[in-house]
Amino acid sequence: MDDELAISVRGLRKAYGDNVAVASVDLAVHRGEVFALLGPNGAGKTTTVEILEGYRQRDAGEVSVLGSDPARPGPHWRSRVGIVLQGTGEFDELTVGELVSHFSGFYPDADDPAKVIERVGLGAKAKARTHTLSGGQKRRLDVALGIIGRPELLFLDEPTTGFDPEARREFWELIRDLAAAGTTIVLTTHYLDEAEALADRVGVIAAGRLIEVAPPNRLGNRQEALTTVSWRTPEGAAETTESATPTALVAELAARFGGEVPGLTVTRPTLEDIYLKMIGH
Amino acid sequence: MTTTTRPAAPVDPAAPARRLGAGALALRQGRLEITQFMRSRESVVFTMGFPIIMILIFAAIFSDEIAPGVSYTQYFITGMIATGLMTGSFQNLGIWIPIERDRGVLKRYRGTPMPKWVWFAGKVLMVVAISVAETALLLAVSVAMFDLKLPGTAGKWFTFGWVSLLGVTACTLCGIAISSLARTARSGSAVVTPIALVLQFTSGVFFVFTNLPSWMQQVAALFPLKWMCQGLRSVFLPESFGAQEPGGSFELGRVAIVLALWCVIGLVLCLTTFRWTTKRDG
Repeated sequence: MDDELAISVRGLRKAYGDNVAVASVDLAVHRGEVFALLGPNGAGKTTTVEILEGYRQRDAGEVSVLGSDPARPGPHWRSRVGIVLQGTGEFDELTVGELVSHFSGFYPDADDPAKVIERVGLGAKAKARTHTLSGGQKRRLDVALGIIGRPELLFLDEPTTGFDPEARREFWELIRDLAAAGTTIVLTTHYLDEAEALADRVGVIAAGRLIEVAPPNRLGNRQEALTTVSWRTPEGAAETTESATPTALVAELAARFGGEVPGLTVTRPTLEDIYLKMIGH
Repeated sequence: MTTTTRPAAPVDPAAPARRLGAGALALRQGRLEITQFMRSRESVVFTMGFPIIMILIFAAIFSDEIAPGVSYTQYFITGMIATGLMTGSFQNLGIWIPIERDRGVLKRYRGTPMPKWVWFAGKVLMVVAISVAETALLLAVSVAMFDLKLPGTAGKWFTFGWVSLLGVTACTLCGIAISSLARTARSGSAVVTPIALVLQFTSGVFFVFTNLPSWMQQVAALFPLKWMCQGLRSVFLPESFGAQEPGGSFELGRVAIVLALWCVIGLVLCLTTFRWTTKRDG
């Protein structure tokens, strides 16, 4: 296996009784990469990620995370991996500052708790009990606990679920900062715009299989997909056509109308369109 | 299962996984647990206040002597001291660990380099702190208001010490073990509270043990609380009361054996059943 790989997975399989959660997954994530795992609920995302995090045992397959097998996580390996789980582990009776500072004691080379709290945007809440935080603030606290040990690899499981749009943008900035500092990031999400905004590559998982891995702008041959061009006829009726050469079509329309084309729109399929097609909708 | 044969971490594997020593980690964890306990008002009132309230109520209702020179109140107080030790360990852990497991607190700890034993050490330190504070409080109230005599000899203090220590150890281990029975956060209390209550009624806390039907005595004698009560009576009641006990004496040897046995049972159950995550979490 390649030293440049933060994660290397071959033939991963996990079943719960008769229910095969992960049928066969092959995956390689490079060091310093931001990798997004997309897929509907029950597709096997969380199971896959929790195997990589050392929480679950696999049934079959070869897995290497930062050069070690996560099935036997040792404290040294743990100190290099940051985890932000889907559910927040709540410590209602403690303050943000107390909790982050306590967790910093578990790591050999922990970051300064006050700095990390500031970085995730909770500076004003450092002395607040965690149960007084809003949903978005709790998620930031989760991230603070995930990065306090200065991980080389950070797992984020649906990090922005329930965020308002502004909070999501701020959160994305934080992730970009971490990635810019060289942290490898594996993120699962339901939001395609999030994957598009953050990820170097996207893996789509459906029914326990990784069906495609590509940069977001190339997923599902998105670049080659037909473009939809719509306009209104002089009579006011809506006209729509799919074209492989939209520029030529628009030029032709412009000539036909002698200038402005009424109600003109030109759209390429969104990542969401492609994705929904891929997972069979 | 196939696994990679590639050697471990490219970074120096001997590099320390943390900068704090084992003792410091355990003490920090204990301090954190105690802080969390003290700040959750319900558990402080429930754990610390309940035995005091019960003593005040029962002492006000019953005032008879159950043997020459032994009032029912004194008998009851020794039972409540034992109950306090059980509440702070068995009930406290049996109720709170499922809540923490359900909230994902345990899972989060497992995702850090914290050695597993540190978490248990934190719980033990919390239980010890609660037990000491609770016992001191009960003794203070009882000595001030209900003529309880503190142990008069070093030997009795020694008995007080080892009975409490063995009892708390057994109850702590059983509390951790039983926490795995609860499937959700709420069910911890549903599992633990009835057990604790039934034991209190049948082990010689609320009622004089020898007045209970003999089958009930025999069932209660299988569990630790009866022996904790009996051991503590040997400390706080006159020597002569030993003759009133079911075995004709305080049977300290048997107290030690039964409590030690429960420590072993509790430990084995802990080691075999403890879960860091909920069932639905895999």
